[in-house]
Amino acid sequence: MELTIDVVKQDMKSVIQLTGEIDAYTAPRLKSTILPLTEESGHTVEVDMEDVNYMDSTGLGVFISALKSTKETGSHLKLVNLQSRVSRLFKITGLDEIIDIDTAIRGGNE
Amino acid sequence: MDMLNTDAAHYKQFLKHYIQSLDEQSLYGAEQISKTFIKNGIPPEEIVNLHNQALVELYPDIPEHIWHSMNFLLETMISYGLALQDYQALREQQLELKSEISVAAGMQDTLLATTTPTINNLDIGVISVPAHQMNGDYHHFVKGKDGSLGIALADVIGKGIPAALCMSMIKYSMDSFTEETMSPKSILKNLNRVVERNVDPSMFITMFYAQYLPAENKLRYSSAGHEPGFYYNAAHDTFEEIEAKGLVLGVSPDASYKQYECSIEKGDMVVLLTDGVTECRQGDRFIESEEILETIRYFSHLPAQEIVNGVYKYFERLQGFQLRDDFTLIILRQEV
Repeated sequence: MELTIDVVKQDMKSVIQLTGEIDAYTAPRLKSTILPLTEESGHTVEVDMEDVNYMDSTGLGVFISALKSTKETGSHLKLVNLQSRVSRLFKITGLDEIIDIDTAIRGGNE
Repeated sequence: MDMLNTDAAHYKQFLKHYIQSLDEQSLYGAEQISKTFIKNGIPPEEIVNLHNQALVELYPDIPEHIWHSMNFLLETMISYGLALQDYQALREQQLELKSEISVAAGMQDTLLATTTPTINNLDIGVISVPAHQMNGDYHHFVKGKDGSLGIALADVIGKGIPAALCMSMIKYSMDSFTEETMSPKSILKNLNRVVERNVDPSMFITMFYAQYLPAENKLRYSSAGHEPGFYYNAAHDTFEEIEAKGLVLGVSPDASYKQYECSIEKGDMVVLLTDGVTECRQGDRFIESEEILETIRYFSHLPAQEIVNGVYKYFERLQGFQLRDDFTLIILRQEV
């Protein structure tokens, strides 16, 4: 399966629009897109996940590395528009309590 | 070089025969001889060279421009020759790697081996199936001096070899804990520190740790972001999700864990699993947890080990079933 990554970068904020699936095959590409953005101090990286219909634990690994990187450089990571199946993963793993996740959850394919 | 000379002689012979008779036999000879060339590592440009030598002997009066074209062909073949060398080197490396990985997988099996213990009145079933050569799921049973049973179930995220190596770290850290520190919440807290210090930022571990106390018919447990298991209440014939919240291991150095407790009555079951079970797919469809529970219920008249085997076989037999992740399923049942 495929993952399309579109980045709109502004001065203080980047919006990453994802479409498709995040798994072991697509995660490395996502990681190499997100990490450099989180390495800019004061920068906000917003990831729009409305069109992500599947994510496995490798995807969580990417967001954990991104979170750790924001802590080191003083940037900010925010996830928005999660489908319920994806949102469940963040809840089970307890990551919803340490990552800024927009709680307005879309229906998704539950 | 002798080999090359013999092959060259054969080549010339077949070529001559073919040009004179156009028969199939010489073509078959050409096929055989090309296999010998490959076996002996003769590069393609050398074959063109052989062809030229044969031609000049057979037909000394070939026009000049044909020679030029043959030399042109020879130059063109040189890169193919180099690519072939790379390919052969890679094939050898791949074979070496394969055998090293299977040695490592064997070693992991030895290091992480755990035997399913026998506990009075507790029926235990376990199945763990790796999706690839090395298993990133880990389960372990520890019998305490007080008769309690510790059950650890972990899933390393990050797949394959690094994940498997990480397992050994978990196992040896747990072995080093003293029995007084063996409550589920303190085990997770201690392991979290070990993992946080020692693994790559993108790697993390989910773990469920439970302690069965036979004297009190109780189960104590804590979860570090692990896929929730299920509790089967025999009296009501219902499954409930085991709620236990906690952060995955390796993300935050000062995470602490809540400990929960439930009582286990006769006939009750505790179902523990890894997300390989819930991430199973049939074609494009996910297998929902209701379906897993229905399957467990279907086999529930059998001993625990036969239930877990039955569940795995049931999903394995589905058309288009795909094991995307390691699959581990543990069932504990208080015997009637």
